[in-house]
Amino acid sequence: MTITEKILAEHAGKKEVSPGDLIMAKVDIALGNDITAPLAIEEIKKVGTKNVFNRERIVLVPDHFAPNKDIKSAEQVKILREFAREFGITNYFEVGRMGIEHALLPEEGLVLPGDVIIGADSHTCTYGALGAFSTGIGSTDLAAAIITGEIWFRVPESIKFIFYGKLKKWVTGKDLILYTIGKIGVDGALYKAMEFTGDIIDNLSMDGRFTMANMAIEAGAKSGIINPDDKTIAYVKERAKRDFKIYRSDKDAHYSEVFEFNGNDIEPQVAFPHLPSNTKPISEVGNIKIDQVVIGSCTNGRITDLREAASVIKGKKVHKDVRMIVIPATQRIYKMAINEGLIDIFLDAEAAVSTPTCGPCLGGHMGVLSEGERAISTTNRNFVGRMGHPKSEVYLSNPAVAAASGVLGRISSPDEVD
Amino acid sequence: MKLKGKAWKFGADIDTDAIIPARYLNTSDPKELAKHCMEDADPNFIKKMKRGDIIVADKNFGCGSSREHAPIAIKGAGISCVIAKSFARIFYRNSFNMGLPIFESTDAPEKIREGDEIEVDPSTGVIDNKTKNETYHAKPIPPFMQELINAGGLMNYVKRKVA
Ligand code: SF4
Repeated sequence: MTITEKILAEHAGKKEVSPGDLIMAKVDIALGNDITAPLAIEEIKKVGTKNVFNRERIVLVPDHFAPNKDIKSAEQVKILREFAREFGITNYFEVGRMGIEHALLPEEGLVLPGDVIIGADSHTCTYGALGAFSTGIGSTDLAAAIITGEIWFRVPESIKFIFYGKLKKWVTGKDLILYTIGKIGVDGALYKAMEFTGDIIDNLSMDGRFTMANMAIEAGAKSGIINPDDKTIAYVKERAKRDFKIYRSDKDAHYSEVFEFNGNDIEPQVAFPHLPSNTKPISEVGNIKIDQVVIGSCTNGRITDLREAASVIKGKKVHKDVRMIVIPATQRIYKMAINEGLIDIFLDAEAAVSTPTCGPCLGGHMGVLSEGERAISTTNRNFVGRMGHPKSEVYLSNPAVAAASGVLGRISSPDEVD
Repeated sequence: MKLKGKAWKFGADIDTDAIIPARYLNTSDPKELAKHCMEDADPNFIKKMKRGDIIVADKNFGCGSSREHAPIAIKGAGISCVIAKSFARIFYRNSFNMGLPIFESTDAPEKIREGDEIEVDPSTGVIDNKTKNETYHAKPIPPFMQELINAGGLMNYVKRKVA
């Protein structure tokens, strides 16, 4: 069996499951945010129960429009806050303690290897980087899971992606996943589990792995997953407050497809508007002027990302025609960035640095684009109007490319910044 | 309980806008939505069909938006189940959550003709074509999923469980 099948079988109380089976699985963590949880809470209220399945296993994070950008978002967050108080939910993260959900949960040790995690947010697939089965669901599903602690799934087929060889300079997890999506398309893994393996994945940092699993949904996948290794265990050991179980795919596990990618063929990637699959290697981008740079999000707002961006921009200035916005994904990352001097580097370069929020990633606040403007961003979606006006454009890249582009005022390779 | 009715055939990639056009989404009342069920695929559908009838479609039924109104409209119209070669992922989830039984079968959609009398056994996945005297197969619906459908959808099922 694959790691995905093993985790699902265990949570369904079965010895074995195979793709296509309908199962009822126990949930370890159920997650909602300021956009999706209010709808679920409304459904829960209709049922009239006073209990949830486990007060410590429900996580509510106001991150999309928080700190509240307007009255409506303030009301939404209030629904979460009051629900958490009324039902005694321990993992409600207030502004000042919160971060972008998919960076926050692993950091807090709330999600662990071997877990089944559901979240009413499509990028819940991020936690697959820990060797967990983790997927996005709707608000009705979330409501039911919060009450019962269970959810039904159709067991997905798995696709295996093997990355071998060595990574070139400036190539990160972001480039590997953009490259993959560019190859298979935005529906290339529809409904399936994407399993990332190979030497390159073994050598990738946990932050890089989170970035890869995060964007599995951008290939239509139900989940992305990486077999846990020593790095994974080292990461969770200092954070976990409960037991966890390590699962790994069997050697003879069955995959619906297998792809092999050679690291030598992969340059830093840029996804052109308006699909994440619309990728080009940095050497073929051409002259594309930009108005804004965003470094942050659940994809690339972690400490490794900030370090990479800072290493490029250190001692330089953001181009006079460009606005650069840097958003550490959590309070802890923010503090690390201060202690390591990264925030000084960004401020000296004349970038704006913000408290954690999704903000510009979904065109919410803190950097919305006007008509005709163009941004390069380390986020995960470049759909029409994603960061603001329907006639604005978003290009996706890794943090080093985004930082270099900020200095030169056009999309560029970090090698061009000397 | 077996599901019995006349087959109504549809092609591939029937999207949620064909199932329930966006212009009617200002309500989630099943009766209101049912009036416009499949309207943009076949404007006369709702007049022709009878309670218990079955929709038979090709691949990727229910693609498009994540609106839960689509299975609500079909169920509200009295369709007893949908058989298709495959379903779009979100429609698949929404159907079970709203209590509409659906079946994936490779041979049934090809062999069944419009107007055939069909009988489906949800617990075995056996599809009988009474008109042509043929039998096809789909994956059966596991007992817990049937409970969910019998309850009338996920939230009703949860209500029963906590009551
Ligand atoms: S950072 Fe962007 S993609 Fe990630 S959870 Fe927030 S809005 Fe969604």
